[in-house]
Parts: sequence; C-alpha cells; structure tokens
Amino acid sequence: MGVMKRVQLVFRAKANKALDRMEDPRETLDYSYQQQLELLQKVRRGVADVATSRKRVELQLNQLQQSSDKLERQARDSLSAGREDLAREALQRKAGIQAQLADLQTQYASLQSEEEKLSGASQRLQAKVDAFRTRKETIKATYTAAEAQTRISEAFTGISEEMGDVGMAIQRAEDKTEQMKARAGAIDELMASGALDDMVSGKQDDIQAELDRIGASSSVDSELERMRAEIANTAPKQIEGTQNGAAGAESAKEPAEETANAQVVDQVGDSE
Amino acid sequence: MIVRILGEGQLEVPESAVEELNRLDGELETAVEHNDDAAFRTALEALLARLREVGSPAEPDTLEPSGLIVPQEDATMAEVRKLLTDEGLIPG
Repeated sequence: MGVMKRVQLVFRAKANKALDRMEDPRETLDYSYQQQLELLQKVRRGVADVATSRKRVELQLNQLQQSSDKLERQARDSLSAGREDLAREALQRKAGIQAQLADLQTQYASLQSEEEKLSGASQRLQAKVDAFRTRKETIKATYTAAEAQTRISEAFTGISEEMGDVGMAIQRAEDKTEQMKARAGAIDELMASGALDDMVSGKQDDIQAELDRIGASSSVDSELERMRAEIANTAPKQIEGTQNGAAGAESAKEPAEETANAQVVDQVGDSE
Repeated sequence: MIVRILGEGQLEVPESAVEELNRLDGELETAVEHNDDAAFRTALEALLARLREVGSPAEPDTLEPSGLIVPQEDATMAEVRKLLTDEGLIPG
C-alpha cells in the first residue's frame, strides 16, 4: 500500500473514531457544525496573523534597504574626501546589511506563500461548511435518526478530512510566523542597539559624524585661508612675520605688490 | 476518483490515471523506507506534477471524502512519516 492510501486511511480512521463517540447521529451534525465554525474563525485569524507578520518584515526590508543606500553614499563621500579607511568601513557594514536583506527576502517570500495558502484553505473550508449546513438541514428534515446514519457519516467524513487538512495548514503557518517573529525581533534589537543604522529615528551614525567633521574642517581651512589673504592685504604692518610669509606666497602672482611690500618693510626698518 | 493534495484541496482524477499515480507513489514510499531524502524530493515532485496534469479541481462544495491523500509539496520526510501514523493530524 502506497503513501497516498495510508495517509487517506489515517484521515478516515480519525473521522470514524469521532463518529463512534457520538450517540445521536443528528446531534453529531450540530456539534460538528459548531466545530467547523470555530475552525473557520481560527483560519481567518491565522490569515490575519500571517499578514501582520508579513507587513512587519516588509517594513524592515525597507529600512534595511535605506541603510544600505545610505552606506553606499557614505562610501562614495569618504572616497572623495580621500578617506579610504572610512569608505572601507561603510562598505563592510553595507555587506552585512545586504546579507540580512537577502535572508529577510527569502523569509518574506515564504510568508507571502503561507498567506496565500491559508487564504485558499479558508475559502475551501467556507465552501464545505456552507455545503454541510445545507446537507445538515436536509437530513434533519427528511430522515429519522436511524435512517440518517449513513448520510450523516458521509457528510461528516468529508468535512472531517477538510478540517484535518486546514488544521495542519494553520499549524504550519503558525510555526512559520513564530520563526519570523523571532527574526524580526532580532533585527529590531539590532536597530535599537545602533549596530544597524536606524533610518526612522534619523539618529546619526559614527561614519556620518566623521564625514561631517571632514566637511566642517575643510570649510574651516578655507575660511582660514581667506582670512589670511585679507589680513595680508589690509594690515601688513601690524603682523610683520605673517605678512612676510603671505607676501612670499603671493610673490609669483603679484610681483608688483611684492616690491611695494618690500619698500614698506624697508621704511619700517629705517624708522627704528 | 477524488484525490486530495494537502494544503491545496481536492482534485477529480480519471480512473485511467490511477495506476500510473500508484506507480509514482510506490517510488515515494520506497524513498521514505530507505530514508533517501533526494529520492523522496524527486518522487514527491514527480507525483504531484503528474497529479496536477491529469486532475481537475473538484467541486468546492462536495462533501465526498477523498480516495487518496498526497502530502503537500514542501513536506519533509519527517512530516510524511508522521502522516503515516496519526501523529501528523491535529487531535480532536
């Protein structure tokens, strides 16, 4: 006997056992119908749970993608500032995030497929439960308890198989969702700890701080340069040493001015 | 004959196809007996592929029990073993 037949017999045996426990066959119908409605509720909750989990993963995927893009930009900025060390650090972090992303994408696809399966199971069960309700009313209206026995068995066995199948599908989806929750929680923790850049809070990371510092210090340098030039032009007498240096630096461009400055120095020297 | 694929629902399968399906099922059973994971995967995929080819979806509101039941596509060998006893079924 093959796998298919053996599995079928296991399902059948389970339905028969449940039927044997019932005393009045017609009560069986009502009791089973209640169970079916409960299972329908459960499978719908299952679909909603998987969807919630999927949306959370979706949000994390977006955050990780933004982090990765930002690190890429930082690596470029670092390179243009001549800081290969910083660029290397940014790219290493980006590689870490890419690995997380790839893993999360696989999980996301699996949750998506679980959601579809469960939603299909919910629809199939709904169709059978509706059919069972109609059959139940017909049986109760038409037959005595004794006559109804066979028909009840048939309907019960059919719906019981569907319920067993849906029950297992819910279990599988719950297992996957639990695994996902654990992973999503771990990534949230990483983000909270600052190991992953948190794009939502906009908190600054150390690479960005270093890049900002480089940016700020180069603008300080250019300010200093500008001031030196201004001072050299307007107040040469008061700071002679600096003025001499500045004059020297400018000598190539401004030979006429240098001559003028030299004369001033001479005059100062004369007056002493 | 009605055949159920777990997690997917019931298919109406012509009697003429049952023999071939049983042969493919035999390969699946051998793989499980020999604990051969690669053969198990191949056999399950082959069985399901053929089943989907020859079968058409059964009426969604039928209450007819299936004559054969096939494990779901992503079932592991351990899950199939459980299905062969009643451990795999949810109690109740």
